[in-house]
Amino acid sequence: MNVPASTVGFWPAAGMIAAIILASSVGEILTAAAMKSIGDLDEIRAHSGLPGAIRAVLTCPLFFGGVTFLALAFFSLLYALNHLPLGLVAPASASLTLVTNAAGAKLFLKENVDRRRWIAAVLVCIGVYFLAH
Amino acid sequence: MAHQKLSPRQYAILGLVSVCAPLGDTCLSMGMKQVPNVSLAHPASLVAAVFTPWIALGIALLIGFFASYLTALSWADLTYVLPATAFGNMIVEMLSRFALHEAVSIQRWLGCLLITIGVGFVAQGPSLTVHPAPATQVTVPAEEEQAR
Repeated sequence: MNVPASTVGFWPAAGMIAAIILASSVGEILTAAAMKSIGDLDEIRAHSGLPGAIRAVLTCPLFFGGVTFLALAFFSLLYALNHLPLGLVAPASASLTLVTNAAGAKLFLKENVDRRRWIAAVLVCIGVYFLAH
Repeated sequence: MAHQKLSPRQYAILGLVSVCAPLGDTCLSMGMKQVPNVSLAHPASLVAAVFTPWIALGIALLIGFFASYLTALSWADLTYVLPATAFGNMIVEMLSRFALHEAVSIQRWLGCLLITIGVGFVAQGPSLTVHPAPATQVTVPAEEEQAR
C-alpha cells in the first residue's frame, strides 16, 4: 500500500529519487565499462560456448562493481515506491537517469555522444516524463 | 567513427531489452502495492518482499532484461542501448490501448511520439564508438643506436 506524496516532504522525496539516479547511473556506467573490456559476448559464446561467456562476465571485477550499484538502485527504487507514488518516482528517476547516463558515458566511457545522441537523450527524457507522469 | 550495422539477431536482443524492463517494473509496482509499509528500521521486510509472487515475476523479467542488456552492451554503446529501454514503455502503452482497450491521454501519446523520434535519431547513427588504436612507438635498442 502506498503512502500519499503529501506525507513525505520535498527533501526526503528528492533524496530518495537522487539515490536511485546516482546508484543507477554509476551501476550502468560500470557495467558498460565491464562489457566493453570483455568484448563481444556473441563471439565469446561462439568460441567458448555459453559457460565460457558466463565465465568471462563473472571474472570481470568491474562487472561486480556495476551489479553492486544496480542492486543498490533496485532496493532504493523499492524503498521509494513504498513511500512515494509511482507517478512521481517513475518519471523523475527514469527520465533524469537517461541524461546523467549520457553525461557519464561521454565523461567516463569516452563514447562519442554527438548532437544526435544528446537530442535523442533529451527527447526520450521528456517522452518518458510525459508517459509516466 | 565507423557505422556498425546490427544483425537481425542483435535487433531481437534490443527488442528483449525493450520489452522485459517495463513489464518487470510493472510487476514490481503491483507487488509493492500489496506489501505493508517498509521502514529503514526493519530492512529485512524489504528482503521478504522479494518472495511475493508479483515481485518474484518482476525479478524474473528483470533478469531476462539484464542478460539481454549485458549482451547488447558488449557490442553497442551505452547511449545507443539506453533509448531502447525507454522504447519498451511505448510498447506497453500501445498494448494497453489496442489490446486492453484502455484510454490513453494526449499527453501519453505525445510521450510515445517523442520517444519514437528519439529512438529513431539514435538508431540511424552508429551503434558503437570506435576509438583509434594508439600509435605504436618503435623503440630502437641501444646497441643498434650505437651502430648507427
